[in-house]
Amino acid sequence: MRAVDGVSLDIGAGEVLGLVGESGCGKSTLGRGILGLLPEGAVSDGEVRYAGRDIVTASAKELRGLRGPELGLIFQEPMTRLNPLMRIEDHFAEALKRHEPDLNKREVQRRSLETLGRMGIPPTRFRQYPYEFSGGMRQRIMIALALVLRPKLLVADEPTTALDVIVEAQILGILADLKREFGTALLLITHNLGIIAEACDRVAVMYAGRIVEEGPARQLFADPAHPYTRELLRSTISLETTELHSIAGAPPNLIEPPSGCRFHPRCPDAMEVCPRKFPIPVRLEGGRRTECWLHGPEQEIPPGTTRPLERERLAVADEG
Amino acid sequence: MASQGTSLKSYLLTRLALVLPMVWILLTMVFLLMRVAPGDPISSSLGGHVPPAVVQEIKHRLGYDKPLLTQYANYLWDTVHLDFGTTITDRRPVTDVIKVNGAATLELTAAAMFIAVAVGIFLGLVAGRFRDTAIDMGARFFGIVIYAMPVFFLGFLAQLLFGSILGWLPTSDQASPITEALIVPKTNIYLVDTALVGDWAAFWDVFKHLILPATTLGLVISGIFIRLVRVNVIRTMKDDYIEAARARGIAERNVVYRHAFRNALVPVVTVIGLQMALLLSGAVLTEETFNWPGIGHSLIFYLDNRDYAAVQGIIVVFALIVVGMSLIIDLVSAAIDPRIRY
Amino acid sequence: MAIAAAREARRKPRLSRLRRAVAPIGDARGTARLMLWTGTLLTGLFIFLAFFAPVVSPYNFDQFQANGVRFDQLAHPSSEHLMGTTVQSTDVMSRVIYGAQTELEVVFMALILGLAIGVPLGVISGYFAGPLDRGLVLVMDSLFAFPYLLLAIVIAFLLSNTVGKGVFSAAIAITVVYIPQYFRVVRNHVISVREEPYVEAARALGARPFTIMRRYVFFNVVQNVPVIATLNAADAILTLAALGFLGYGLQPTDKAEWGYDVSRALSDASSGIWWTGLFPGLAIVLLVTGLTLLGEGLNETINPVLRRRRVEKVELGTPTSIVESEVGP
Repeated sequence: MRAVDGVSLDIGAGEVLGLVGESGCGKSTLGRGILGLLPEGAVSDGEVRYAGRDIVTASAKELRGLRGPELGLIFQEPMTRLNPLMRIEDHFAEALKRHEPDLNKREVQRRSLETLGRMGIPPTRFRQYPYEFSGGMRQRIMIALALVLRPKLLVADEPTTALDVIVEAQILGILADLKREFGTALLLITHNLGIIAEACDRVAVMYAGRIVEEGPARQLFADPAHPYTRELLRSTISLETTELHSIAGAPPNLIEPPSGCRFHPRCPDAMEVCPRKFPIPVRLEGGRRTECWLHGPEQEIPPGTTRPLERERLAVADEG
Repeated sequence: MASQGTSLKSYLLTRLALVLPMVWILLTMVFLLMRVAPGDPISSSLGGHVPPAVVQEIKHRLGYDKPLLTQYANYLWDTVHLDFGTTITDRRPVTDVIKVNGAATLELTAAAMFIAVAVGIFLGLVAGRFRDTAIDMGARFFGIVIYAMPVFFLGFLAQLLFGSILGWLPTSDQASPITEALIVPKTNIYLVDTALVGDWAAFWDVFKHLILPATTLGLVISGIFIRLVRVNVIRTMKDDYIEAARARGIAERNVVYRHAFRNALVPVVTVIGLQMALLLSGAVLTEETFNWPGIGHSLIFYLDNRDYAAVQGIIVVFALIVVGMSLIIDLVSAAIDPRIRY
Repeated sequence: MAIAAAREARRKPRLSRLRRAVAPIGDARGTARLMLWTGTLLTGLFIFLAFFAPVVSPYNFDQFQANGVRFDQLAHPSSEHLMGTTVQSTDVMSRVIYGAQTELEVVFMALILGLAIGVPLGVISGYFAGPLDRGLVLVMDSLFAFPYLLLAIVIAFLLSNTVGKGVFSAAIAITVVYIPQYFRVVRNHVISVREEPYVEAARALGARPFTIMRRYVFFNVVQNVPVIATLNAADAILTLAALGFLGYGLQPTDKAEWGYDVSRALSDASSGIWWTGLFPGLAIVLLVTGLTLLGEGLNETINPVLRRRRVEKVELGTPTSIVESEVGP
C-alpha cells in the first residue's frame, strides 16, 4: 500500500506551507517521512532535499544529528509526548546537551526558559513534571522543546486537533509568528481548512497519497482549480451556511486505488478520460499547479473523452 | 521551585490508614483458624502422656480456658504490644524465635532477592530490547523453565551437583558446627556478625553455606522479574514520548536506556513488594531443603508438634512482615514515580 | 426489513461467537505458535499418562515386589526399572506415572472449585460495587497478600485434623489460595467493561443487570479465563508439590505424589543417588512448563497488545508515471 505516491513539495525558508486533506490521505506519513520516522516495515523511496542534500540516503546517525537542530516535529497528541518521569527541565537539558554539548548548565537553563517564556510558560514551572500541565500547555512545551534548538524547518502534524478552540487559537498564533520570531519554515499538516486560511502562505491539497493542487493560499481559496479543493471549501461550515454540503462517497482504498485519477469516483465534474488516464500535472498562473484533466494538457486527452462520465459508472466506482 | 504535588508524608498516612483494616482482618483470620482446630491445642501438643490436671493448669496459665471474646481481646492487645505468646513445646517466647530464626531467614531472603532482581532485570532488559531474536527466546525460555522448577527440586539438583558430585559447597545448615559454636550472635545474621568481629575465616564459612540456598531461591524468583521487565520494555518502547525523543534526534542508546528502560523498571519496585509473599513461601521450602535454621523451618517444626500457640504467633508475625514490606515498597515506588502520590 | 435482519443476526449460534473469540489462535505466528503447540503437547502427554496410568505403568505405585520377589532397594535405572527404584523398593517410573494422575486430579478439582466460587463473586462484586464489593475486596486482598504456601499449609494442616488427609483436603487448601486471584482478575475486568460505552448504552435502553452481565460482561471475561486458568493450574501444581514435599495435604500411602518423592530423595542425594529425585522433579518441571507455555501462548494470541503479526518486506515498484508538463490551461 502506498501511503504517499509520487509527491513533490517545495518549501522555502521562513515560509508556512499548509498540507491539508482528509484523514488517511497520507499527510501524516509524509510529514514523518521527511524526518525519517516511519513505522516498522515501511519503506521510503525518493528524495528529500534539505540544504542541498538528499536526506533519505543519509545514515541513521546523520539523520539523528539533523533531527532537532535542523528539522523539528511536533505531534498531534501532546498528553503522551513527554516522559512522565522526567521534569520539563530534564527534557530541555537532554535535547540541548545532545545537539549543543558545549553549552554550560546556566546557558542551557537560560535558553530553555527564554523559549518557554515566549510560549507563555512561566519559569516557576520549569521543574515540574508533565502530569502537572494541561493539554494546551503541554503542546506549548512541545513546541518550545522543538524550537529551543532553532530548527530551520518545523513539521507540525495536526498540532491543535486534540485541543479546544481557544487553546487552538493561541497555539496557531504562536505558530504563525514562528517566521517572524525565529525565521523557521513551517509545514502545517491538518484537516482543518480554517487553520490553513489563517496561518499559511501556501497550501498543498492532498488526496489519496497525491498532491492534487498547490499554490498561494489566498488564490487557492478564492479560485480553487481542482474539484476536490472546491468541494472541500464548499463543505466548510461558516455563518453563512444555509445547508450542509458533503462530498459523496468515501476516501479511497489505498491498497487498490481507483484507476486513473483517484478522485474520479467522487468528482462531480468527472469526464470519461478521468478513469482511463492518470492526469498529468500542469502549472497554472500565479505559481500554482494541479493534477486535473479539467486543466489539460489538451493534447494528452484522447478525442471525444471530454464527455461527462456516466452516472452509472460513478455509482459502481463508488464501491471503492 | 519544588512541585506542588502531594507530599510523600501524606501519601504514607493515607496508605497506613488503608492498611490497618487489612492487618486487622488477617489477625482475626489467624485467630479463628487456630480456634477452629478440633481437640484442644494444649493436649495435642503435649502428647497423650500428660495427666489432665497438668493440662488444666497449663491451659489456665496460657489463658485458653477464658471465653472466646476475652481471648480475642487479649490476643489483639498482645499483638499490638508485640507480645506473640510462648511456645508450648519448648517454652520459648515467640519473639525469641523471631529474633534468632527470623534473622537467619532474613539473611537468606535478602541474599535471594538480590540475586533474583539482578538476574531478572538483566535478562528482562536484554530480552525486551532484542525482542524476537535468539537472545530473547533464550531468556524467555530460561524464565519459563526456572519458574516451573520447584525450589526444592532445584535445591536437590544443587545438592547433588555441588554437594556430592563436585563437593564444592556445603549443603545444609547456616554454618559448620565449629563456626557455629564460636560465633558471637549480635544480629544473628551470621554474615554481619562475623564481619563485625573481623573473623574472615568464619565469614567465608558462613558465606559458603549461604551460596547454594540463596542462589537456588533467587534463581527461582528471578523468573517472574524476567517476564515482567521484558513485557514492560516492549510496552514502553511503543510509548509516544519515545517517538518524540527520537524526533528530537536523541541517540538511540539514550532513548533505550534513559527513557525506555527507566520507565519500564518503575513497576519492578512494586513487583518486588508483591514477591515478598512468594519469597517467604519459597524460603520455607528452601529452609527445609537445606536445613537452614530459619523461621520457616521453625514453623514446620512447631506444626509437626501441634504447637498451636507457636504457630499462631509465627503466622501473625509473618502477616505483619508482609504488610510492612508492601508498605515500604509502596513508599519507594511513590518516591520514584511522582504520579502515584495522587 | 432491518428488524428482520437484526433478529436473524441474533439467532446466529453462540458457537460462532465463541469461534470468533478463539479465531486468533489459528493466526498465531512465530513464538506464540511455538509456545502454543509445545505447551499443548507437553500438557497432553501428562493428561494421557494420567488417564492411562494403569495401562501404561509397568508396576503399581506402591508395589515393592513381583512374583513374591522383592525389588532391589535403590537400584540403578535398568531394563526392569527404567528409572530405578526407591529406598522402599518401589519403581520410580510407576510412581512418576501415577503421580501425574494425582497432580491432575487434585489440581482439576481445585480449579473447578476456584472458578465456581471466585468468578461469580468477582462478577457480582465488580458489577454492583458498593459496601459488599469493598468488604469482599478487603478480605480477598488480605488473603492475596499472605504467603500462599503458608496459607495452604495451615488450611491443609487444619483439614487433616478434621476431615483427614486426602485429595479433597489438598484440593480445598489449593482452592483457598487461588480464589482471590480469580476474584481479583474477574472483578477488574468487570469494572473496566462496566464503564464501556456499549454497556452504558444497554443500561440506558433499560436492560436488566443480569442480562447485561450475561451478554456483555461475561463474554468478555470468558475470553480471559482460559489464560488465567491455565496459568493457575501451573501454579497449583507447584503448590501441591510443595505441600507434598513438606508432608501436608495427601496421605503418602494413598497416592503417589512427585513433591513427596523429592523430599524422600534428598537424603539420597548426599550418597550420589540421583534417580529417585531427578525423575519426579523433572516431571514437575515438564508439566508446569507445558501448562505455562500453553497459557502464555494463548495470552499472546488472544491479547492484542502483545500480538505481533508478521511484517512482510515491502517491494517498491515504479511510481505511477508522472510527466511534468509546462503547458498551461
